[in-house]
Amino acid sequence: MPRPFDKLGIMWLTVLVLVCCLGLFAYIQQLRLGLCVTSLRDYASWGIYISNFVFFVAISLVGSLITAVLRLAGAHWCTPITRIAEIIAVSAISFAGLIIIVDMGRPERFYNLFIHGRLQSPIIWDVLVISTYLIISCLLLYLPLLPDLKILIARTKHDPEKRILHKMYCFMGSFWTGSPLQEKLVNRGINILCITIVPVAFSIHTVTSWLFATTYRAGWDSSNFGAYFISGAFLVGSGAVMVATYVFRHIYHLEDYITHVHFDKLGRIVVMLAGLYGYFNVNEYLVPAFKMKKPEEEFLLSLFVGDFSGIFWFAIITGMVIPIIILVTPWGRKPFPAFVAGVMVVVGAWIKRYLIVTPTLLSPFLPMHDVPESFKHYVPSWAEWSIAFGSLAGALLIITIFARLFPIIPIHETIHEAHEKNTEHH
Amino acid sequence: MSENSTSRKQFLAALVTAGLAVTGCSTKKENPFEGVSGEGGPTGKKVKLLSVDGEIVEMDSSCLKPVPDIPPVSNDRERVGIDGKKFVMVIDLARCKAVKNCQKMCNAAHQMHSGQNWIHVYPMKESENGAPFWQPTNCMHCDAPPCVKVCPVDATFKREDGIVLIDNTRCVGCRFCMAACPYSARIFNWNKPEITEEEACKPYSCESSTPQRLGTVGKCDFCPDMYRQNKLPHCVTGCPNGVYFFGDLNEDSVTNGAESFRFSDLIKDKAGYRLMEELGTKPSVYYLPPVNRNFPFEKGLPTSEKS
Repeated sequence: MPRPFDKLGIMWLTVLVLVCCLGLFAYIQQLRLGLCVTSLRDYASWGIYISNFVFFVAISLVGSLITAVLRLAGAHWCTPITRIAEIIAVSAISFAGLIIIVDMGRPERFYNLFIHGRLQSPIIWDVLVISTYLIISCLLLYLPLLPDLKILIARTKHDPEKRILHKMYCFMGSFWTGSPLQEKLVNRGINILCITIVPVAFSIHTVTSWLFATTYRAGWDSSNFGAYFISGAFLVGSGAVMVATYVFRHIYHLEDYITHVHFDKLGRIVVMLAGLYGYFNVNEYLVPAFKMKKPEEEFLLSLFVGDFSGIFWFAIITGMVIPIIILVTPWGRKPFPAFVAGVMVVVGAWIKRYLIVTPTLLSPFLPMHDVPESFKHYVPSWAEWSIAFGSLAGALLIITIFARLFPIIPIHETIHEAHEKNTEHH
Repeated sequence: MSENSTSRKQFLAALVTAGLAVTGCSTKKENPFEGVSGEGGPTGKKVKLLSVDGEIVEMDSSCLKPVPDIPPVSNDRERVGIDGKKFVMVIDLARCKAVKNCQKMCNAAHQMHSGQNWIHVYPMKESENGAPFWQPTNCMHCDAPPCVKVCPVDATFKREDGIVLIDNTRCVGCRFCMAACPYSARIFNWNKPEITEEEACKPYSCESSTPQRLGTVGKCDFCPDMYRQNKLPHCVTGCPNGVYFFGDLNEDSVTNGAESFRFSDLIKDKAGYRLMEELGTKPSVYYLPPVNRNFPFEKGLPTSEKS
């Protein structure tokens, strides 16, 4: 049940709002002066904005994994965490859309994408699938919420302090009576959405990978890219759900509903996905490294032993190796160690996205020449960091506010399923 | 109707004169039709002109006024290109000693930011034991341009005359084209352009790529605006060593201003090639290999680097 923020909650909220404001301030600067407030230059023309975008798209894929794939597979244990996964998906995909506008040199011309859009550009494909995914995700968040809204409406009816909340709940779901017909329609709707969201989810991240793979550049020119991105996305998404589940369980005292079983199962999923992602990494880096073609050589060496080697190995070890080691043991799948592993997966994944975007641009086919020295390196500026963290804070803010207004675990479905389970036992 | 046709004749006559005789004699912005009705009165001095019908006509010189600017070409026509042309460039590596006057002229003509260039002059060496040489590189104006493929809004486009241009009034600044270009030919206006208020207010033309605009992409445009004035691109005229040859594939001729060659002969005789042929981008810029060079490589190095 949603409840007002306590002291800790208020503090958390304040921090998030402050970081968002900083990001907003930096963006206003950028609008005023142009992209020169970033460290982006002609060679490294995409930096942490784009890697942040890829990160958001990746993490949003979890909504489809937990709600759709596991639901279709009949894994009922995941019911209490579906809403967590879905709100992560909605907030992340919204910010993915925003951050791509932040990266544009002329954001005020965004409408050109609609009046002059050319279907042959992968950017247009991305716009199409991301907006589709956003709509489906919102519906998947909203439909299972309907029965819960009925409970909320009843609860807030006679509380004068909660008049505004009551009005909002009524606006969103007063038409819901819970009649068998409505139940049937909603269930069918959810089923249809669960099936349609799987190809759409695969498309959003495959198309995002094609933004890179459709070019000739070393490190991007790979037929492995779609699958590589999707496996990575499922991994970071599951890691994020593990972190969020731990936090919500702790703060809202949901120990009765979110049990060790959930962390155990999620942990197993993360181990499997980390292994899968590791497998694609081997394909992505070791096969080209075996050949060391001329354009690839400079790029790979900058990752393995060069400028980016520190964060490259950090991302590999923190994002995959250590989480596997932690989560492969039954002890590691207890809530707290699983939470730690989840954080590592998410941090590693964020850095990994940066390593996919920028080092390639700093290894062009023709040598970097006839440019100022500052063009040959890329260290994000304060404005870029502020905007990147501002967007991350914004995504967390949406999740936090959502949890303040709505039950973070689906009450109706969880009770319904617990009931079914009980009757089976008797 | 008859009134229309006379004014058309006068207009064309004025145009022809501007092209033949009075080019550059006045930079003042004047209406070419002003004074045609006899302002200042006839001078009595007759000028012979060739009309569009091929007749020789005589006119009073007071009727002739210079055309201040070539009439602007509409955006739609800029997107189609110059009829019947297929522009090519040949860069003779044997003649280059990295004077970089091409770069200087190009930068001045296109309002470039300090530090950014459309033309890069690379010190190249094919292999460890190979000979070093200078390689000027601009936009390749590919026939299968990767940048045009990825542009989401048709801001960069391929014209019928082979030129790849950018429309800075449409570019959204996503920089996908920069990532897609394997020749690193594209640059971005990260800062506000360093131009005067007056320059910034001029009407924008894709063909001259000016005035530059904040938050949009730029690159070599093959100077079709110069071609329309019957002039060669700035890099071609700027190069003291005649490295750049510009011309038309349909006419099979290229020129650096001083010398002209049959394009096919030049490529055949000197074994011309294109950069990164294996990518399938089909560039319109050809290179002649750096054999029998006019200058040693070291000539181009800054004094401090010469051993």
